[in-house]
This record gives sequence, C-alpha cells and structure tokens, in this order.
Amino acid sequence: MAKMTLEDLRKLRDERKKDLGRRDVEGKSVQIIVGMGTCGIAAGAKKTFDAILAAVEEFHLDKDVVIRQTGCMGLCYVEPTVEVAMPGMPATIYGKVDAAVAREIVQKHVVEKSLVENHIFDRPAADIIKR
Amino acid sequence: MAYKNFILVCGGTGCESSKADEIYKNLLAEAEAQGVKGEVQVVKTGCFGFCEKGPIVKVLPSESFYVEVKPSDAKEIISEQIVKGREVKRLLYKKEQQKDIVKLEDIEFYQKQFRIVLRNCGVINPENIEEYIARDGYAALEKVLFEMKPDDVIAELKTAGLRGRGGAGFPTWMKWDLTRKAAGDIKYVICNADEGDPGAYMDRSTIEGDPHSVLEAMTIAGYTIGSDKGFVYIRAEYPLAIERLKIAIAQSKAMGLLGDDILGSGFNFDIEIRLGAGAFVCGEETALMQSLEGKRGMPVPKPPFPAISGLWKKPTLINNVETYANVPVILTKGGSWFAKIGTEKSPGTKVFALTGKINNSGLVEVPMGTTLREIVFDIGGGIKDGKKFKGVQTGGPSGGIITEKDLDSPITYESLTALGSMMGSGGMIVMDEDDCVVDVSRFYMEFCVDESCGKCAPCRIGTNQMHSILTKISKSQGEMSDLDKLERIGKAMTKASLCLLGGSAANPTLSTLKHFRDEYLEHIQDRKCRAGKCKDLVVYSIDPEKCIGCGLCARRCPVNCITGEKKQAHVIDTSKCIKCGECFKVCKFNAVLKK
Repeated sequence: MAKMTLEDLRKLRDERKKDLGRRDVEGKSVQIIVGMGTCGIAAGAKKTFDAILAAVEEFHLDKDVVIRQTGCMGLCYVEPTVEVAMPGMPATIYGKVDAAVAREIVQKHVVEKSLVENHIFDRPAADIIKR
Repeated sequence: MAYKNFILVCGGTGCESSKADEIYKNLLAEAEAQGVKGEVQVVKTGCFGFCEKGPIVKVLPSESFYVEVKPSDAKEIISEQIVKGREVKRLLYKKEQQKDIVKLEDIEFYQKQFRIVLRNCGVINPENIEEYIARDGYAALEKVLFEMKPDDVIAELKTAGLRGRGGAGFPTWMKWDLTRKAAGDIKYVICNADEGDPGAYMDRSTIEGDPHSVLEAMTIAGYTIGSDKGFVYIRAEYPLAIERLKIAIAQSKAMGLLGDDILGSGFNFDIEIRLGAGAFVCGEETALMQSLEGKRGMPVPKPPFPAISGLWKKPTLINNVETYANVPVILTKGGSWFAKIGTEKSPGTKVFALTGKINNSGLVEVPMGTTLREIVFDIGGGIKDGKKFKGVQTGGPSGGIITEKDLDSPITYESLTALGSMMGSGGMIVMDEDDCVVDVSRFYMEFCVDESCGKCAPCRIGTNQMHSILTKISKSQGEMSDLDKLERIGKAMTKASLCLLGGSAANPTLSTLKHFRDEYLEHIQDRKCRAGKCKDLVVYSIDPEKCIGCGLCARRCPVNCITGEKKQAHVIDTSKCIKCGECFKVCKFNAVLKK
C-alpha cells in the first residue's frame, strides 16, 4: 500500500472498525482464531492450525470460514487455544485443542452448530470483550 | 437441527467435587423429559475460575450466570429458561450487600484483571496492521503529530503518573523530559526488549501479540524528545517476536506510519531491530547500550545517565516494552483516565507471568494495588494438586520470596521493596511445600554466577562465594557460621556492586534467610531437607507394613539397589542408592518413605 495521509488513516480506521465490529453480528462469515504466541506454538498450535485448515477443506467450508491467528490470550495453561465466532452460536474459546479436537470443532461447532464438550474455557478478563 | 440454547456446566475439579457432574446429568435428563432435547445442548467446560461460588452454570446466548447450583435446580433451569425463556433469578450471582443481580462483566472477580498493555493480545492478528488500526491503533500518533506539542505529551504522561515497568519504577515523564531537555542535535530512542528473568515472558507476548503498540509509542517518543532514530534491542531467543516485529516495521513503513514525513507531518522516524545474544546483564540499560554499540555488554557507572549521555554518547531515551505499550492508550484516553487505575503512587496496571506450582498459569494483567492473594488464589486458581502454598518469587533472580503472611499487602513498587523483594519485570513463580528454599536460592545464585559480567569484584566474587556456601548447605556440609557469612557477603554485594545485577543478586537468599531461617537451620543442624529436594539430605526407605512386595520399585530402580522376595516386603540398600526418587514415584501403596 502506498504511503498514507492523515485522511487516509482515518478512513481506513473507520472502514476496518466496521469489519471488526461485524464479528459479533448475525449474518457474517465464520471466524476461527488460533492463539499463536510462543506458548501456543510450543503446545502445538501449528498442528492445530493445520488440522483446522484440513477440516475446513474436508467439509467444504472454504467460502464461509476465515482462519486467523492472534497472540497469547493469557490462558497459557490450556494452550493451544482456539476461538470460534459465528452467527447463531455464542462466541466460544476452546482450550487444549490438538489436531483431533480441532477437527471436532470444525465438524461439531461450525457444521452441526453444537458445542464441543470439555474443551470450553472462559475469557480471562471480561473487559477484553468490551475493549 | 440447530440448538437454540447452550448450557455450560463447569467441569473444573472444584465444581466437580460439589456435584457438578450430577447437575450435568440431571440437566440432560430433564431436557429429555421436558421434550426440549433438540433445542438445548448441555456441555461441560473447563474451570470458570470462580470456584468460590461453584458449581457454576452458564446459559448461552442469554449469558445467564448461575452460581452455587444444586442438582435439584436442573429441573427449574430447563422448565423456566429453556421451555419458557425466563431466567432463574434466584440462582443468578448477586453481590452480598446490594442484592442486585449483576451481569457477568460486572462481577468483581472477572474485573480483577484489567487489560491495557494486553488490550490487543489474543484479539487482533499481530501480522495485520489494519486490525491494529481498527482498534484505535496509531490514533495516539495522529493526535500527537497534529494536535500536541512535545511538552503536552510530557504533561499528559505526568498526569498519568506512569512509571517504568522494567522494574525500578522511575517516573516515565521525567525520563522523557530529561532527554528532551538534554543538549544535542542527535538523540536516540531505545526499546529494552531484553527480557531475561527465568519464568518471565510478558514482553515477549506483548511484542508477539501486538507489535505495533510498541512501534507507535517509540515514534511518539521520538517526536517528543526530538529524535529520528529508534532501536529495539531484543534477544535472539525470541524468534517469533522478532519476526512479527519485522513484519510490523515493514507494514508501518509501507503505509507511511514510519520513515520519512510520517502522515505528511514532516516528522521523520525510523526503527531498527538489534539482536542481543541473551546475556542477562544486557537488560541493564548501560550494558544494553554498550552491546548495541557493538561492544561487550558490561555496565558503566551512572551518572552520566542515558538521558544526558547514552548511546554513542548522545542523549538517549530507554524504556521497556511494557512501558511503551501503555503510552498510546494514555494519550488517546488521557492521563487522568490512567491515573484513576491502580494506586495513587503506582497508577495503571502491571502484567505478570504467573508460573510455577499454580493451576492457571498464564499472563495476567491487574491494576496496581491488587493483592498477591487475589492473583494466586482467585485468578491463578490456587496451588496445583491441592498442595500447601509456600511463597511467591517476584522479580526473578533479583527479587525475593513473599510468604503467606504478606499475601494481603497490595502490589506496588514500594510495598514489594519493603517486603525485601521487587517488582522486577513481572515474573511471578509460585512455590509449594515441595520446593526447598535452599535449593531455590542456590538455583538463582547459580544463574547470577553465570550471568555476572565480571566487571566489578563484589558481584563477580560475591555471587561465586554465596553459591558455594549454598551448595555446601544443600550437600549436608553446612555449618552454623555459614548463615552469617551469607548475610555478610550478601549485604556487601548489595551495597558495592556496580549495577543492579550484583546489587540484587543476594535478594533471593537474604529474603529466604529471613522468612525460612528454620529450614536453613534444619539443613545444617538436623541434616534434613523437608521438601526432599536436596538429594544429599534425603534417605529413601520402605515401610514393611505397607509394602505388598509387588516388585515394581525393584524393576524401576536404575542401580538395582532394591531387593526382596515376591509378596514380601522389599529393602533399599542405601549405600548403593543414587536418590533418583523413581521408587517413590512408582509405588502405588505409599510404601516408599522419603526422609
């Protein structure tokens, strides 16, 4: 991208704000977010990430699902962590997600719209939802 | 078939033991009985961390947060909420005094954490600058470049009362002001990302999760003090952080947020990365700058302070990662907003890396003034395996141990120093009854021996002497006079060392000597280590009453020193035993004794 002026930056911010805000609103596509800090990667987040990619392909969800990475969520004791946000389902954080659980999340949570047992963890701080 | 509701039942150990499992089964059975099986999914989750009010049940999407639920409540939850769509008000969490039903975000426990530094960690994609911008990223830079003068920035930081998060707690505005006023046309901005305390990783995670917050703050600092060049000094052991920092710098440059004529304002600022080879002493600012100049990393006496004569003898502003990460938020939300958080003398928050014998290890960010008890027991979920709490080591090898009796003092720079520890960069290692204070002190001293740069005698010789005395005590050769020697050497080192590495190296030993003198005495007088960590003081034996003669220990023993007939009590030949502890670990009948 070319260098920006002040107006460009403000415009870009407003546009992207809407995008980020849309995360919690009905009708948007599915977001799967993998915690990829060193703690996550050490616990196997890369395998998890690959397994999600494979599962998304397997269930032909390529068009609906965005897979993103993020930093440490602070839940280092249950890494790798995966957050799923999608319409019709509460935004959920899963912990201890290995390759098998990752596939289960795509299959059960995204396709069948049901939660996966024993791997749900709550957010470490309520205010990060509200920013 | 899609579920309309979800019921989350806490499956943590605490809730499980208060019948969470029964609640779960009852909910399933009731859903079936009342014919709403297809509408609601009942799920077991990980610990909510609010064990005090457990068992916890949460219903989504209405976010109803039920506490102290009983198995008999299952019927009502299904019939009221799932069938009729009404919350079961009597089970909702209420504050004791006001009796008002509160929302999850307002529950005090969940507010113990407050994220400023980690605001974007775990939320945005760190490799995408646009996501950072969307969350008000570079808004502070925008404001500073077009609406504020350098003095306004300093005034705002002064109002905020931000203090250095590297550990010493020097007022940040003062550093910025001194560097701004220092004479010279060339000035530098440095970010200290040489995080070296064992068990500390908050700076790494901040850069990994939100690299732009540091870049933005450094650019603001450049504008404020009149510098056009910044360096991030980061250790080479942090490859992911370095990679993300590189990506972030490239993106900012491409978008004109870094480089020449930033956002058309006429201000130029460039940031380069410099890799440290991983010496602990290079976290000390003068040693860091020596290393950055390409010399051997050794501290030089202060004054002159870096603000007057730093990198290449030019006025230099050096702050730590976490300090910088606070700056953009302070400038967008205002210094007075920030000053309201935390305590009067230590405003804002602090990130701690909670590790050791703790259930929920991880990164926590709490307002200053939070007590250690809240961090360890409420946020951290208490000690692993239900063991007894012994102490928390704050500040890594430079800090001290804080014991049970001081758990309720609020965390501020001053209070931790008063307790003989220090804030340090924020490592927090929790110890339980199985940790031996002599062993822990020896470990930290060994670290300091390795990491001492060798320039000044008190540190070079002192750490070595203290380490050999501690080793002697742990090897069952300690004498009573050793304790006085430790204290004498420790105090001399604290006073006479050139930099804080030596000046604080004795802290772990001195503080354990103060709080756990009885354990040192036990090691010396009774030749006993109650935690069983000091191998030379441990004797393994087998209780003939309990031993059933399964032979598992004998098969596991690497030196074959356990003998005995089948189904008869076995015996350990202590002259051959190497004290590896394998027999103790494998015995299913608690027949192996450790003394």
